[in-house]
Amino acid sequence: MVAITDRAAQPASRFRFILDRREVLGSLLVAPAVLYVLLLVGLPFLLAVYYSVSAYTIYDPSWRFVGLANFRQIIQDPVFLQTLGNTFLFTFGSQFLGLVLGKFGALLLLRPFPGRRIVRALIILPWAVPIALATVAWEWMFDSLYSVINWTLIALGIITRGDAPNWLGTPHLAMLCVIVVNAWRFFPFAIVIFLAGITAIPQDVIDAATVDGAGFWRRNYQIILPMILPIMAVGLIFGIVFTFTDLSIVFLLTNGGPIDATSVLGFKGFQVGIVSGDVSHGAAISLFMLPVLFFVVIGMLRFIRRREI
Amino acid sequence: MPRIVANAARGLSFYGAVAFFVVLSAFPFYWMLITSLKTNADLYSVTNIPFWFNDAPTLEHFRYLFEQTLFARWLLNSLIIGLCVVAITLVTALPAGYSLARMTGRNGEALGIGIFLTYLVPPTLLFLPLSRIVADLGLQNSMWSLVLVYPTFTIPFCTWLLMGFFKSMPVEIEEAAIVDGCSLLGAFIKMAIPLSLPAILTVVIFTFTLTLQEFVYALTFISSSAQKPVTLGVATDLIRGDIFFWGEIMAGALIASIPVAIAYNLFLDRFISGITSGAVK
Repeated sequence: MVAITDRAAQPASRFRFILDRREVLGSLLVAPAVLYVLLLVGLPFLLAVYYSVSAYTIYDPSWRFVGLANFRQIIQDPVFLQTLGNTFLFTFGSQFLGLVLGKFGALLLLRPFPGRRIVRALIILPWAVPIALATVAWEWMFDSLYSVINWTLIALGIITRGDAPNWLGTPHLAMLCVIVVNAWRFFPFAIVIFLAGITAIPQDVIDAATVDGAGFWRRNYQIILPMILPIMAVGLIFGIVFTFTDLSIVFLLTNGGPIDATSVLGFKGFQVGIVSGDVSHGAAISLFMLPVLFFVVIGMLRFIRRREI
Repeated sequence: MPRIVANAARGLSFYGAVAFFVVLSAFPFYWMLITSLKTNADLYSVTNIPFWFNDAPTLEHFRYLFEQTLFARWLLNSLIIGLCVVAITLVTALPAGYSLARMTGRNGEALGIGIFLTYLVPPTLLFLPLSRIVADLGLQNSMWSLVLVYPTFTIPFCTWLLMGFFKSMPVEIEEAAIVDGCSLLGAFIKMAIPLSLPAILTVVIFTFTLTLQEFVYALTFISSSAQKPVTLGVATDLIRGDIFFWGEIMAGALIASIPVAIAYNLFLDRFISGITSGAVK
């Protein structure tokens, strides 16, 4: 009886002894997360890189190596060059607009006033609500016939029904629309980032600057701005990554059209790789995002490292 | 007297600016609400004032949505996907976050940053190979493919969030438990986890909302209507040919938006401190 319990207890205690070593238990606890990410992010990433230098399509799933031929073909396609330009315009246009709106919105919300909590809750909405659903609402607002925006403009006498714009059917207007919707989606994020940065500044720093004779502008641009720069950069990095690689707004609002006027990299990769089944060219198109992501990651690392100092 | 006028003007321009931001943010949602409650005759008229009801409001679109479309099924799909992803995320991210905060030293710091950076790898870069992996596993056109893939962004994000939380938690509590005879693992399970319930709640809420917001993977992997999550179903499945069912689409979008909007407002501050914890001390 005693012998049996002893034998059962011995392996268990040896097991426990191993688990009580910090580095062993530490690696065991972190292993599932690392494995998941390696298998479903790392491996697919390598696969994407290989697709881009192969002749793989869903009709001919061969792994034949073709070198940089896919990239060469893509670069010679004028539609792709337009897509590349659109992606930059879309990203930086909407980030700039979002930051400007965000800065003004943050200045307003910084000041206490009755109903501020409700106002903040309403302003957060564009960023909180699933973007696909909000985009569909915008699509309905930009409708060619029943657009509420056009109705308002007509009612105000700014335009007549005859020359009411077809928002999503005209190349430049369609580009403007996707930029505005994306900026609309991101400005609440910019607001909360600004607010988080400004409220993290100790009040005595600002008081000290005031006592030392710094005026409004000097306080704003020589004290506050440098102090919120890191947090702003992190916000901007998120904004750039998620805008540069996005496809949902373009897919739902304009489907890349009219005639590729709003096509962006993520959308083109989807069109070529998934819809047409030309996986290798689709992967090559998507990989054009990498250089931008690379710079962004370097920027991110710099700001994260600051914490350790 | 001029001072009063100047003050009034300043107040007016302040509240004017606030009103501008509120209208800008909330109008599309007001538009969802009013569209979902209007009769079709009222909706599709270019002369009616669009901002208010010209006919009596109706619940017809909601009735149609629940009785004639798969909307209820999509809600259920989203719920199942969300709960499964929450479970996978908690089981992996909780020990990982704890381990990276407490046990692995400087290597842990680098590993933590590495895991977080994978959050920045976009779906539009991975969807081609992932759709092949999903097909090889026999999951194409099934919502279980999303249960498999969504943790690729929820695990990095939540590991980072939990790592920050555990770092801010005093280590003395666990040390005391170990001195009292608790094992290392026991200290994590019996002391650290119960104390981190607020952080766990945040992780649950954010994982769930992230799965509701996701669109790209769902669009890529799932084409049969009955398997769609609610975001994809509402955005792509309520269109017949060229006809948009605007009343139904807006009703569905509204129902799916409300829980996410509430959750975000309640947990916003934790979300922000999660993603910016690298930048502010």
